[in-house]
Amino acid sequence: MSQQAASSAPGADLTKVDKGETLLEVRNLKKYFPVTEGIVMHRTIGNVKAVDDVSFSIARGETMGLVGESGCGKTTTGRCILQLERPTAGEIVFEGVNLEQLDAKALVPVRQKIQVIFQDPYSSLNPRMKIGSIIGEPMRVHGVQPDAKKRDQRVAELLSICGLNPRFADRYPHEMSGGQRQRVGIARALALNPDFIICDEAVSALDVSIQAQVINLLEDLREEFDLTYLFIAHDLSVVHHLCNRVAVMYLGKVVEIAESDELFDNPLHPYTQALLSAVPIPDPDVELQRPRQTLQGEVPSPMNPPPGCVFHPRCALAVESCQVGIPPLRELRPGHWVACTEV
Amino acid sequence: MSGPGYPGKGRSVAKLLEIRNLRTQFFTSAGTVQAVDDISYAVDEGETVAVVGESGCGKSVSALSILRLIPDPPGRIVGGEVEFMGQDLLKLSDAEVRQIRGRNIGMVFQEPMTSLNPVLSIGRQLTETLEHHMGMTTAQAQSRAVELLEMVGIPEPARRLKQYPHHFSGGMRQRVMIALALSCEPNLIIADEPTTALDVTIQAQILELMKDLTKRLGVALIVITHNLGVVARYAERVIVMYAGKIVETGTATQIYHNPRHPYTIGLLGSVPRMDLHRGKRLVPIDGQPPDLTRLDAGCAYRVRCRWAVDQCKESVPPLQEFADDQYSACFRMHELTTEVDVAS
Repeated sequence: MSQQAASSAPGADLTKVDKGETLLEVRNLKKYFPVTEGIVMHRTIGNVKAVDDVSFSIARGETMGLVGESGCGKTTTGRCILQLERPTAGEIVFEGVNLEQLDAKALVPVRQKIQVIFQDPYSSLNPRMKIGSIIGEPMRVHGVQPDAKKRDQRVAELLSICGLNPRFADRYPHEMSGGQRQRVGIARALALNPDFIICDEAVSALDVSIQAQVINLLEDLREEFDLTYLFIAHDLSVVHHLCNRVAVMYLGKVVEIAESDELFDNPLHPYTQALLSAVPIPDPDVELQRPRQTLQGEVPSPMNPPPGCVFHPRCALAVESCQVGIPPLRELRPGHWVACTEV
Repeated sequence: MSGPGYPGKGRSVAKLLEIRNLRTQFFTSAGTVQAVDDISYAVDEGETVAVVGESGCGKSVSALSILRLIPDPPGRIVGGEVEFMGQDLLKLSDAEVRQIRGRNIGMVFQEPMTSLNPVLSIGRQLTETLEHHMGMTTAQAQSRAVELLEMVGIPEPARRLKQYPHHFSGGMRQRVMIALALSCEPNLIIADEPTTALDVTIQAQILELMKDLTKRLGVALIVITHNLGVVARYAERVIVMYAGKIVETGTATQIYHNPRHPYTIGLLGSVPRMDLHRGKRLVPIDGQPPDLTRLDAGCAYRVRCRWAVDQCKESVPPLQEFADDQYSACFRMHELTTEVDVAS
């Protein structure tokens, strides 16, 4: 199984970040969800390989983009890092500590340092809590600020950092617009002074003009608090704007990783190329000159992925060997890794 | 407002649809929502027009009003005319409008799972329409349905006809919706956010398909979308809506290269562009869209507008011609700096 060995080998190399200190390493992460049948005789009839052998690393201060279409495993990867899902295999190493070896109690201090902003500001805020309690709760739970008065001061401070009026602390989520709620979600993520924030489609549900406000806010906070982001999104224009480095996922696997400029100017994997050419650009002249490379067919089922390279049934470059071996990530240019044997 | 003119008024090409002074309101406990407030535009035969704007700007309601699909209560079309192929749709009886829906005007909605009937096979949904509107026999409708599915690129059409909507993926369902919309050879298709629920590669497939088919069959298309990128590639004419009103219209090139309304400029400044260099800060629009139950006598955009002057408080700027085919509803449309990043 030389292919197998090859595909798990680059984990070690890939995690080496050239610049700065490594904050997070994901090594050979796998997350399989069992598919069961029957009520009495509960049998597992297969696995959905949501994340299948994914490795990457993030340096402190970096913004890493994780892109791909629905079902490619980008959100599951984020949830595994957050320890909201326990991985089937692999390691999540945060500040040198392997989180998989920690029990629930030992994870508590780590959870303060890793926070998340969710996509839907309507379902991620408790409708029966006031904004002040929503933002104050993490501080209370972690015992960071047991004094209620000081906590309220901190809530007011967080609200104004996120561009909201401190008086909003007395409101309920339903009294606020989508953009305002997303700012509350950001304030809550900041409450514990985290080092690392996972933004899972954090701006996808917002209207364009509000989305731009929130993107600018995320950029300002990154500067001000030295934050590291993992920005999970399907909107490539937003990822291009915000991220230093980007990993592209397809059907549970990372197919390409590179610096943002390098990836967008010089995509190497056929899937990345098709993905980029499908993104519409808001300029009619540019659009009409752009060749469009429409991808045929649809993403196969993750329960029964194609053998070999998972992209081969839709790939223009596919040769016979693509149906057999899983292509390992190869470094074709400095820092630019591609999982394709034909480029 | 029977004023000096409205977009598309004086054109020579045959007009298919002419909307004049359309007003649709919703009567809610919070007050009367002016969802569509006095809008007028025309669509030519075979033309593709895009209506863009953010949530709640009235773009969907204006399209649903064309087909009289506004739920009543709470909504009601309170004024205006919708002239389609020489008759005012707002004056027809319900039975007469039903003959036009699906026959002369096809619809493609955002979420194909909720607009297809989950308990009828795809084939039945297609043949029902064909039998009802085109007077076909069951056998004729069957073979036409196979042709239609083939035309929208669904493999093994004869087998797929027997399947139900839940057997299809999102992209395939949207293809079925397009086949349904095209089934009776309509003159106009209204597509309300047809690709918003789809992944980007599937979105590209569906948009290319819609463009090909409408061009080949000579069908006019109204696309309603919030995605400015989609508009740039597919629309000949663009209508920008804000708070229930048309604030600017023009050709795609005019709107993208020489916007003449502060809101259009703001929208373009808000979108990150993949083809431009990174590191440039976005120029968002400050504040939030207004509450449509509390609009006053002035321009609804003025509180968010960098160019607002006292005049904007006193009256709503009318839609006025700026250049051939380009209209803007701004008192200062001649003074605006076109550079999108002027504020940065």
